[in-house]
Formats: sequence, C-alpha cells, structure tokens
Amino acid sequence: MNPTPSQTVGPFYGYALPFPGGGDLAAGGITVHGYVYDGAGDPVPDALLEFWQADPSGDLSGAPGTLRRDPVTGAVIGRHGLDFTGFGRVPTDADGRYALRTLMPGNGYISVCVFARGLLHHLYTRIYFGPDAFLDALPPHRRETLVAAREREGVYRFDIHLQGEKETVFLDFG
Amino acid sequence: MTPPLTQSDIDREIAELHKAHDGEEADQPRRDFAPYRSSALRHPKQPLIAVDDPEAAELTGPVFGVTDVTALDADLTKQHLGEPLGERITVQGRVLDRSGRPVRGQLVEIWQANASGRYLHQRDDHPAPLDPNFTGVGRCLTDDEGRYAFTTIKPGAYPWRNHVNAWRPAHIHFSVFGTAFTQRLVTQMYFPNDPLFPYDPVLNSVTDERARQRLVAAYEHDLSVPEWSLGYRWDIVLDGPSATWMEEGR
Repeated sequence: MNPTPSQTVGPFYGYALPFPGGGDLAAGGITVHGYVYDGAGDPVPDALLEFWQADPSGDLSGAPGTLRRDPVTGAVIGRHGLDFTGFGRVPTDADGRYALRTLMPGNGYISVCVFARGLLHHLYTRIYFGPDAFLDALPPHRRETLVAAREREGVYRFDIHLQGEKETVFLDFG
Repeated sequence: MTPPLTQSDIDREIAELHKAHDGEEADQPRRDFAPYRSSALRHPKQPLIAVDDPEAAELTGPVFGVTDVTALDADLTKQHLGEPLGERITVQGRVLDRSGRPVRGQLVEIWQANASGRYLHQRDDHPAPLDPNFTGVGRCLTDDEGRYAFTTIKPGAYPWRNHVNAWRPAHIHFSVFGTAFTQRLVTQMYFPNDPLFPYDPVLNSVTDERARQRLVAAYEHDLSVPEWSLGYRWDIVLDGPSATWMEEGR
C-alpha cells in the first residue's frame, strides 16, 4: 500500500507532544546533551527530538509507561522508574538545546528522530559512543557527526546540524 | 530591500516545481521545497545514508499501553467544564503498515487549532478568539483492528507569515507510531474540498497529486450521528520497514 505522506510538525506542537520528564529515561546513567543547528549555524528553538534505544544489555523490547497518566487528573506522571521504556521525547529550548538522561545502550548507539518547523519529513540519525562497523564505512569527516564527544565521566555532547559544512549524517531505512 | 512575497509568487514557484516533477511517483514531500520558506535552512543537502542491517534498532520501536492514555483523551469536546464552540465532528480510521496489516495497540496523538483558527500556544498571535472550553489535544491507542477514533470540533483555517496573505487550509496534526521506529509518522489531515489547497506550500510540498490526496479525509455520511456530529474517515498507512515485515519479506 502507498504510505501516507509526512507533513511538518509545525510551530505549535508544544502543548501536545512534549511531556514532563520526556528526556529522563533513567537516573544514574549517562547524560547526552547538545544543540540543533540550521544551515546558517543558528540554533533551532522549535525542533522536537525523539530517542529510541536498547537497554544496557542490548534488549530492544522497550516497555509501556513513558507517558503514564494519573487516572484522577489525567496529568502525565511519567515513567515509574522500574521498567526501561527505551523511548524519550525532548523539544529543544529557546537556545536550541536538549538534554537526555538515560542508560548506555548495549548495542552502541541511540536512535534519534528529528522533527521541526520547516522540516517537511522527519530525519533519522544515531548517537554512537564508540567505534562501530557502520561508522567505518563512512568518510572520516562525516563519521564524526555521529559520534558523541565525551566531556567528562558520564556526560556526552552531541549536536545536530540540519545543513551546512558540519551537516549530520542522516539515515534512510528504505 | 526585497519586495514582500505575494501569493502569486508562491503559486508560480509551486507550479514550476510540480511541473518539474510531473508524473513522478513520490510518496513523501520534498524536504527542499522553496515555496515553504522555513524549509530553506532546515533540510540536509547531503544524500541520506542507507542502512541495510537486519539488526538495526530502528526496526523495533517504542511500545505504549493502557497506562499511557486515559478514556477522556479521545474526546476533545469533553476536556473542560463547558462545551467548545464549533462544528462537532468525529474522525476515525485505521493505522496500517505498507503490507496493509493493522498496527495494534499503538499511540495516536493529535493537536489542532480551535474553530476560529487559533492554537492554544503562546506564540500564536492570530487575532482570533481562544476558546476556554477547547485545548485541542487528543490521544488514543489503536485497537486490535488498528482503528482509532476522535471526537473534536472542526478546526478553522488560519493565517501564517510564509508570504503576504498566506492561509493554511484547516487541518488536524497527527503523530502516529508503528511497530518500528522507521515507521514513525507526523503529518496533517485535511478536510475534503478545501478551497485553500492550491495556495498552500506545505500541502503542495507533496508533488505527487495521488499522494496529496492521501492526506485528505473523506466525509462519510454514515459516520455522521443524527442531531450530533459529522463523520470523517481517514486511514493512515505507515512507511518504512519493521522487523516483522523484514522476516516475512525473506
């Protein structure tokens, strides 16, 4: 069957898609943070990033409960901290910045899906934390756009460039 | 100083791009679509890198369950003390994968402007009234047949600043999850026969007319409820492979 086309997330998703603690998959693990930039090198303050990843053992089953709700008020009370849901959602702030608190994925990378006003069809990329056969197949200057820079113990920097000299490698799954 | 862009400038650009891609089958919008001005600096210029790995994490995806939604979420007319103004509608359909199989138990999220064309968002400064009885956000899980259903009010058209006198056709934003992260979809559902269609650079970024039609819901009289609401049907087909799809394809 022919798929339904994508359309931009637009500027007004802010009261619908983000939720409190969206980037807090787990405590006591790693922090990944960075900025989203456009082709002029300016930060993008209205991007929405989604993250999907394996747990530290490499398991990709995930678990429900990312958006767990209070049945009395309907408010999002979020993950209960027992299951690892593997899913996170973070809007960039007014500086174009995001932060993710999670566990090191057992398969070596975190999958990222990028949405933004001006972006008509989302983009996929990956955050790698070390060498990988997939990275080896890329030209060196492009390879480094997929590798998180270790800033200090447990803290990594990963920027996303939608366009320009430092343009991030984006992926096609066919 | 460059003169302000008019609708006829945009119309000409859209016509040129549609002509350049005439007859091409294209299921997805062009990320580089100049008439939508915000796309200029926000699309990659390097080709995407193909991933052909049966173990790719993206062939699996997040899961959701009954704890992630509440029963009230699917009725956007019942989230406040009073009833919202506007034309009450139901929107329903199925979420399917490329092989036509239902996507079960997955999350569908919607958001929209109110009947006057105003979003409950601080940065929406369109001088149309907010409605104290309408937020414009809904959520539900698909059932075993992949069905979803929302009750809401028909959103209004609204102006935006892409060019002089730019108006978006009425639409509901949809966010849909499949069984794999590759199937993720954020899109917009439009209403049939909207006179604003030819003027809108966002809709027309899908250069294939057949694909554009897949973004337009159908009015179905049998879905209308006597003395209550008008019924629309819109089925959603998710792009992208999944782990189970790959297994069957082997």
